[in-house]
Amino acid sequence: MKTAILVFPGTNRERDAADAIESVSGIKPVIVWHQETEIPDVDLIILPGGFSFGDYLRVGAIAARSPIIDALHRKADTGVTVLGICNGFQILTETGLLPGSLIRNRDLDFICRDINLRVVNNSTRFSQSYALDQIIRFPVAHHDGNYFADAETLRMVEDNDQVVFRYCDPAGEINATGNPNGSVNNIAGMTNKAGNVMGLMPHPENLIDQLLGGIDGRALFESLLGRAA
Amino acid sequence: MNAHDTRNNPEPLVDADLAADHGLSPDEYQKVLDLIGRTPSFTELGIFSAMWNEHCSYKSSKKWLKTLPTTGKRVVLGPGENAGVVDIDDGQVVVFKMESHNHPSFIEPYQGAATGIGGILRDVFTMGARPIAAMNALRFGAVDHPKTRHLVAGVVAGIGGYGNSFGVPNVGGEVNFHKRYNGNILVNAFAAGLADADKIFLSKPTGVGLPVVYLGAKTGRDGIHGATMASAEFDDSIEEKRPTVQVGDPFTEKCLLEACMELMASGAVIAIQDMGAAGLTCSAVEMGAKGNLGIRLDLDNVPCREDAMTAYEMMLSESQERMLMVLDPTLENQARAIFEKWDLDFAIVGETTDDLRFRVFRDGVEVADLPIKDLGDEAPEYDRPWTMPVPRPALEHNDFADTDIAASLLTLIGSPDLASRRWVWEQYDHLIQGNTIVRPGSDAAIVRIAGHEKKALAFSSDVTPRYCDADPFEGGKQAVAECWRNLTASGATPLAITDNLNFGNPEKPEIMGTFVRAIQGIGEACKILDFPVVSGNVSLYNETNNEAILPTPTIAGVGLISDLRKIVPSGFTNISDIVLLVGAPDTWGTHLGQSLYLREIHSREDGPPPPVDLEQEKQAGDLVRSLIADGLVNAVHDCSDGGLGVTLAEMAIQSGIGAAITPPQTLSPVAAFFGEDQGRYVMTARLEDRAELWDRCEKAGVAIEEIGSTIAGELKLGNADAIFVKELQERHEAWFPQFMNM
Repeated sequence: MKTAILVFPGTNRERDAADAIESVSGIKPVIVWHQETEIPDVDLIILPGGFSFGDYLRVGAIAARSPIIDALHRKADTGVTVLGICNGFQILTETGLLPGSLIRNRDLDFICRDINLRVVNNSTRFSQSYALDQIIRFPVAHHDGNYFADAETLRMVEDNDQVVFRYCDPAGEINATGNPNGSVNNIAGMTNKAGNVMGLMPHPENLIDQLLGGIDGRALFESLLGRAA
Repeated sequence: MNAHDTRNNPEPLVDADLAADHGLSPDEYQKVLDLIGRTPSFTELGIFSAMWNEHCSYKSSKKWLKTLPTTGKRVVLGPGENAGVVDIDDGQVVVFKMESHNHPSFIEPYQGAATGIGGILRDVFTMGARPIAAMNALRFGAVDHPKTRHLVAGVVAGIGGYGNSFGVPNVGGEVNFHKRYNGNILVNAFAAGLADADKIFLSKPTGVGLPVVYLGAKTGRDGIHGATMASAEFDDSIEEKRPTVQVGDPFTEKCLLEACMELMASGAVIAIQDMGAAGLTCSAVEMGAKGNLGIRLDLDNVPCREDAMTAYEMMLSESQERMLMVLDPTLENQARAIFEKWDLDFAIVGETTDDLRFRVFRDGVEVADLPIKDLGDEAPEYDRPWTMPVPRPALEHNDFADTDIAASLLTLIGSPDLASRRWVWEQYDHLIQGNTIVRPGSDAAIVRIAGHEKKALAFSSDVTPRYCDADPFEGGKQAVAECWRNLTASGATPLAITDNLNFGNPEKPEIMGTFVRAIQGIGEACKILDFPVVSGNVSLYNETNNEAILPTPTIAGVGLISDLRKIVPSGFTNISDIVLLVGAPDTWGTHLGQSLYLREIHSREDGPPPPVDLEQEKQAGDLVRSLIADGLVNAVHDCSDGGLGVTLAEMAIQSGIGAAITPPQTLSPVAAFFGEDQGRYVMTARLEDRAELWDRCEKAGVAIEEIGSTIAGELKLGNADAIFVKELQERHEAWFPQFMNM
């Protein structure tokens, strides 16, 4: 699986993403600088985590106006798989490739810890290696992970089954206790309507090795490889 | 026109009063006059004040710092460069240092702490090492002091705000509270980076006529006289000093890191130095002096954020995220292109010369012409008078009422200095880079070396200021020994330390005495434990309205783990393991002087601290490390604050598994469970390994005692009521969030 990782000034989890891809697929991704205007012919495009342009102005807003974004739209429109993690998710909502937006966490603090997620849709290319309703554990590390969309957008997102992961408590209940940042409907990860673009706030790339405390993140990349977990 | 010709120069005239305003004593000002043979210009006075203040010149501490052991078979570079460099095999080195940002953090906690992180990260990547871990040792005033919560919130947010955006995992540190920090908090920031041994960059240039290049962010009027401010006591006028605090921009720092890494790979760098304290002045003078070269700077080419900055302001600005480099001129175009790519300034601001002068020009006027080596070499150095600290009398036997062990433990485990720091470290990204094997909250944090399956580094930061206050010599020893012990308990071989020495006003003989004795203690421990000092920082004048902080020599150590698969956790791992107390000559606790038990339960802070037997410490630690490597133990945790009872509670809290412990009936249970005797470890093992463990301990001459066994769900200490582990966990986790949300 050929992968391109888009890097903006202030992106800081591109190595984590590259290591995860290499560990699962055995192939080193290509790094694409934000000022380029073409993305090479790849199967997967990742927008990694970080603080693009310092998260000054509004998270993801400046990156979404980088030269590379036109090429990203063209690739996404032809069905290429696009995965935005954390700041990548924020950028994708700013580009309009995903609906809604990510606002400041409910409690206003940066949060770095493991959270529980429930796989509520395993028929996407991003989640097919998980079982439906499987409870998994990913770390989060964000200040602006509170997903918000207006009622109409939210209804469309839910009606189209675009939500893939929801925050839950350790028992798997989707409730306020298990919601770390106040996201509406406990949305942690979602796709576009066509299903080829996903954004998620937690970091699967940081949990792919038993030594690091778990491998729940691995199945996401294996899903993309088309392998069974 | 010469620097001393002021006919067309708008700068103020310099005299002894103006020199005094710049923190130079009458003797020091006379030394300036003698050295240059004339009255300095205003800019020159600023340069002298920047170079000769305590923060930059180490004038009170140098004599004593020289006594510390700084060499060892793994030490590649000791003190003197931006950070220490230590060999970690396979042609790799770890580059690390700890530095204080105390004064600014008290005045403006968010920016003060943030720029402290920024500064220490730059010290590491200036040397060509990509930062892989950070820690912070924080000390705040009493929990009931009205400013404490505001300072905790600001400092933690500042550290998180900077480090998270920059992208370094913040994996450990310390947070303590004591009223002696009410007017002067401590923010000690540590960073470590990884580099190839043959790709270390230094600040020493060679070659005349080479371009001196300014890199990074623009120069503004922030932080002017920051280092001078950090070299004086505080009084009630500190609010006026807010403009001396710098403002951090982690985004620019991240870009600067990436640009420097690309620049260094391009081969264009001859020498490089970050602009930290005293900014352009200190970096330029240090580079020239180290290379035996003069430096000529033309300030008209310095990128400025604000209009009409004077030479004086530019030379003293501590604007952040800046570097100075001596460039290979044949690679100028490639180097410039890298900085343009990252949208950072790249400006040739001067050149190296052969005249050993530091000459500075502004608007065509020479505003400084000074002997470059003398600025550093001739800086004042003092042998300040000091008095021997008075030893604290031993505790009278049984002069306090015994208390219920279970109730006391519950109080201790939820007390401000022992409660969980989760509230703090969950605001720091401790997972970025994907190598954090042991997260914050254990003995030492462990970070895997990327690209190696088994190799990792362990990091720990330690000091017990109340011990140092009661006996600086024993306290200094203890800080080093505890750091060494924490690394050992994590399965690492301790390599080296960086020290961050925070004390009060050295002009007071009793304060100087605590400083001298603490250094002597540190030196002795480093020597016996083979744990050299490779970098460090001294922060003096930590006083407000004449009250000094507790003496706080923070020790941050790095250890090497050669096989990650062999490490064991600090929490219990199985039910029905045997629980062992290993190390001290008297295995059960005896020493209650300066214990947290006395302080938290009886509101007493008296007695001497527990002594550290360094020879015994070494024997015990070397044995523990071998037991871990040989797979004979399955959990190890060192005994420190709060004694054995707290150690056991922490092991239970980590895992949810409890233990039943049986002390001999003849012992005082309070001393047994809350005495803070040093050099001890609690470990668990399988019953079937008992004989081999005893054999190994006997051969090593290290005491071992079986004190109980692990059980499900509760901790039972002697005859005291059993405590549910869940209750311990709740008490442990409750305090910090409750305190911050009050």
